[in-house]
Amino acid sequence: MPDEVNTEFKWVGKRNPRPDGVDKVTGRAKYGADLYLPGMLVGKTLRSPHAHARIKSIDTSKAKALAGVKAVVTSADFPAIPKPPGPHGPMISDFRDNSMNMMARDKVLYDGHPVAAVAATSEKIARQALKLIEVDYEVLPHVIDPVEAMKPDAPILHDDQVTEGEDEKTAKPSNVYRIPRAQKGDVEKGFAEADLVIEREFTTKAVHQGYIEPHACVAQASDDGVELFCSTQGQYVDRGSCAKLLGLDISKIRVTSSEIGGGFGGKIPIYSEPVAIRLAQLARRPVKMVMSRDEVFRATGPTSGAHVRIKIGAKKDGTITAAEGEMTYQAGAFKGASIGAAMNCMFSPYDLENIHVWGYDVCVNRPKVAAYRAPGVPMAAFGVEGVINELADELGIDRVDLRLINAAKEGTQNVMGMKYGPIGFQEMLEKMKAHPHYNAPLGENQGRGLAAGYWLHAGGMSCASVNVSDDGTVTLIEGNPDIGGSRASMAAMVAEELGIDYNKVRPIISDTSSLGFTFLTAGSRVTFATGMACVLAARNAIKVACDRAAQMWGVSEEEVVWEDGHARPAGANVGDHEPMSLAEIAAKAPMTGGPIAGHAEINATGQGPATGAHLVDVEVDRESGHVKVLRYTVFQDVGRAISPDYVEGQLQGGAVQGIGWALNEEYIYDDKGRLENPGFLDYRVPVASDVPMIDVCMIEVPNPNHPYGVRGVGETPIVPPQAAVANAVENAVGLRFRDLPVSPPKIRKAIKDAGG
Amino acid sequence: MADIQYQAPEDLAAASALLAGAGGKARILAGGTDLLVQMKFDVVEPTLLIDIKNIAETRTIAEEDGGFRVGAAVPGAELGEDAALAAAWPGVVEAAELIGSTQVQGRASLGGNLCNASPAADSVPAMIAAGAVARVIGPDGQRDVAVEDIATGPGKTSLASGEIVASIFLPKRPANSGDAYLRFIPRTEMDIAVVGVGISLSLDGDGVCTAARVGLGAVAPTALLVDAAADALIGSKLDEAAMDNLAAAVSAACSPIDDKRGTVEFRTDIAGVLARRVASIAFTRAGK
Repeated sequence: MPDEVNTEFKWVGKRNPRPDGVDKVTGRAKYGADLYLPGMLVGKTLRSPHAHARIKSIDTSKAKALAGVKAVVTSADFPAIPKPPGPHGPMISDFRDNSMNMMARDKVLYDGHPVAAVAATSEKIARQALKLIEVDYEVLPHVIDPVEAMKPDAPILHDDQVTEGEDEKTAKPSNVYRIPRAQKGDVEKGFAEADLVIEREFTTKAVHQGYIEPHACVAQASDDGVELFCSTQGQYVDRGSCAKLLGLDISKIRVTSSEIGGGFGGKIPIYSEPVAIRLAQLARRPVKMVMSRDEVFRATGPTSGAHVRIKIGAKKDGTITAAEGEMTYQAGAFKGASIGAAMNCMFSPYDLENIHVWGYDVCVNRPKVAAYRAPGVPMAAFGVEGVINELADELGIDRVDLRLINAAKEGTQNVMGMKYGPIGFQEMLEKMKAHPHYNAPLGENQGRGLAAGYWLHAGGMSCASVNVSDDGTVTLIEGNPDIGGSRASMAAMVAEELGIDYNKVRPIISDTSSLGFTFLTAGSRVTFATGMACVLAARNAIKVACDRAAQMWGVSEEEVVWEDGHARPAGANVGDHEPMSLAEIAAKAPMTGGPIAGHAEINATGQGPATGAHLVDVEVDRESGHVKVLRYTVFQDVGRAISPDYVEGQLQGGAVQGIGWALNEEYIYDDKGRLENPGFLDYRVPVASDVPMIDVCMIEVPNPNHPYGVRGVGETPIVPPQAAVANAVENAVGLRFRDLPVSPPKIRKAIKDAGG
Repeated sequence: MADIQYQAPEDLAAASALLAGAGGKARILAGGTDLLVQMKFDVVEPTLLIDIKNIAETRTIAEEDGGFRVGAAVPGAELGEDAALAAAWPGVVEAAELIGSTQVQGRASLGGNLCNASPAADSVPAMIAAGAVARVIGPDGQRDVAVEDIATGPGKTSLASGEIVASIFLPKRPANSGDAYLRFIPRTEMDIAVVGVGISLSLDGDGVCTAARVGLGAVAPTALLVDAAADALIGSKLDEAAMDNLAAAVSAACSPIDDKRGTVEFRTDIAGVLARRVASIAFTRAGK
């Protein structure tokens, strides 16, 4: 792998070892299920076997009477939360929904919806107790498909939900929560100018994030407060949710994030955490809850399955004149499909004059969708990139050239009105064209596909503290669970600022009571936003250190600068004093004013989007429909790779998840609305032997709004693979595929139907 | 979930007595790669586990009458390490080795794969093709049963109360014989067969097929022995017409269901495709 590490910095951009590496590979790291407390109970959840049913009654008396059962809860044990006033922003946090998802109130809305939970002295007793809980259900008609759910006679999940914008008093209840829309220019005019207009429909299936670690937590509670240890993408957000759902003061709850065995967006929502706290409160003993894989699949965050209609018009020279996209997304049991992000990103790799996008956020009897890596975008991009590939073929223009003709550049404004700063999309496409993979020969039944993608990234609130010890070593405290190597990147940036050895910076992830609010590890925001907070905290610590040197030298603060890990005289005093290292200044701290530290509390803005493009070769077994992925190269504008190893890991991981999404992964329901494949045997994520080494080609166009040029890298790489892989299959067999997954039975049938 | 007793007797008669005495609440533990998963998901809730791995007969591979007697609990990894067995019955060994991961291979056995009675069991079509015979030990003594007669439906066997499969006999091979097994899975490993086909055949000096057996998995409630498919090969040199007849006979024998692992149409179609490929491999092996 080419080492594209720059030489500008000492630690930033280098392949530094992970501060959390040894503990993770030796098994010492504590994940969500790894905490054991004295007297700890086992919590288990009773889940609905029905897709849609009214709960007529729940009788927990037999379970409560079982020896060893210490607490049993149902929705009656949690405060009822009133319906909040709408409308909600793009990040919907409707705590009433969250409460009803955590524990069903009047109705169960999906197979796996929690209806009760127990805490007992052993797993065996807990499981026995679940069997003793009697739930009387009135089974209701259910609906799984969003298009079906939009029909007038569809079963309605929420009697009090009307489509946003309708009058709540007069409108009929609807499964459609809202129809967001965005436009730029005039698509009618644009389509009229086109020489060729292609309009196609695409479908994708609900897919799960597939993190290896199931959701797990341990809760303890007393009258003084609550302690929660859990696997999460955001301990502060969890804390707020638990407080809201349990009616507690936020400051009474302390949440400590465990190490996290994958999240990909799926560990943003809370599920068992408030339940464990409530059980712990009632039992007055610690309670651990660990989901089984079956529970993870049935009741936690898949992303939406989608119906997408894309229409694009272009001139003969390849200029796209108009683009239109309509999305129908499954929200699951409660509103909140990621349509806004899809609208924002789907056409955003391109510089287009006329765009119109809209979508339907539709409730269906499935688990509520959760964020999944570039939430909402891959499904829409599958359609957009598919149509662009077809346009290229129809116009007789190379697929990369067509994208180059329309590529976004600095100054391009996307459909949301966002104006791009420096953006590396054109440079990346040029690199792809020049890459040996692009023109490598293909054998029989082999095909090459490509597609592009874009993700917008998040900023947001972060805190950081840099505490200098009296030996000059540094504890860096920040508040984001480390999913992709963020400790290493934070430490590298702080070491770079302070001018000290990377190994002298120990990054620590704070619990919610030891550092101020820090938003989620999500939206590829951590290295950007929290990284910025760490840099500012380091700079504030440097300011303190310089002040101390000034004090010792008897000069003014302006006459001291920080260079290469030392305070140096910089005014008329140059040459009067020996530079002092951080360790030397720290050793004298007790005499000069006390501890040396720097802090930062920020709300980061100015995040830069990232574009990517993927190139993939496959071989199709025409007789069986089996697809083998032969070669895969990811190209991405990464801004600046603070930790190139972990950036490459992100790009490879996104590609592999996308390959699984493209080829085999899907939620399969039976006719009663029960999930048929809640396990890794029949929910087929790729295994190691299914994918080749994923090659990575990083393009660095720094984001000017970050001290080190960070853009965020983790989400863009899951946007192109679906369309790229499907395009490679198309190229291999000469047929179009517009329904994911492009699984062997579909490929075989298409080949057979075409007479092959 | 009831309390579970664990017993590890050292002879088959004791194991059989324990099993018979448990009134259907006992399970035989060989590798446990199916049983433990079923227990975890409450599919079975045994009160007694009878571990047969301390019984010598279940753990050894022995040559017998020119063939091989393979203990029911011999793990897949050991089958592959037995050079003579792997040379004589490469199809059976490769089928067993497809089961699970490297870790699972250290435990999973032919006996367990057979008695779990999954229609999709990888080793079973290969054993059926091989003409393998299970030795069954029970309260009334021992009997030998063709492997295709063990499973009677998904998860169901013809074994009577107290009966245990102790070993599997793979017969002596005539000269110029070969076998092979292929399965279709959407992934490359760690998956369960959507269709599995095992074929064993013998050739005469001119390369004409004189005997054949075709075993078919995952397309019916049990793995099948398909005589019509064998008949398509016998008397031929596996020319295109014979292969067409083979594929047609195999597809005709399929009575699969539409499920999460494949459609009826796909399974029926792929069974024929795989049969051609398997026959071709077995033919090449027989000619060597």
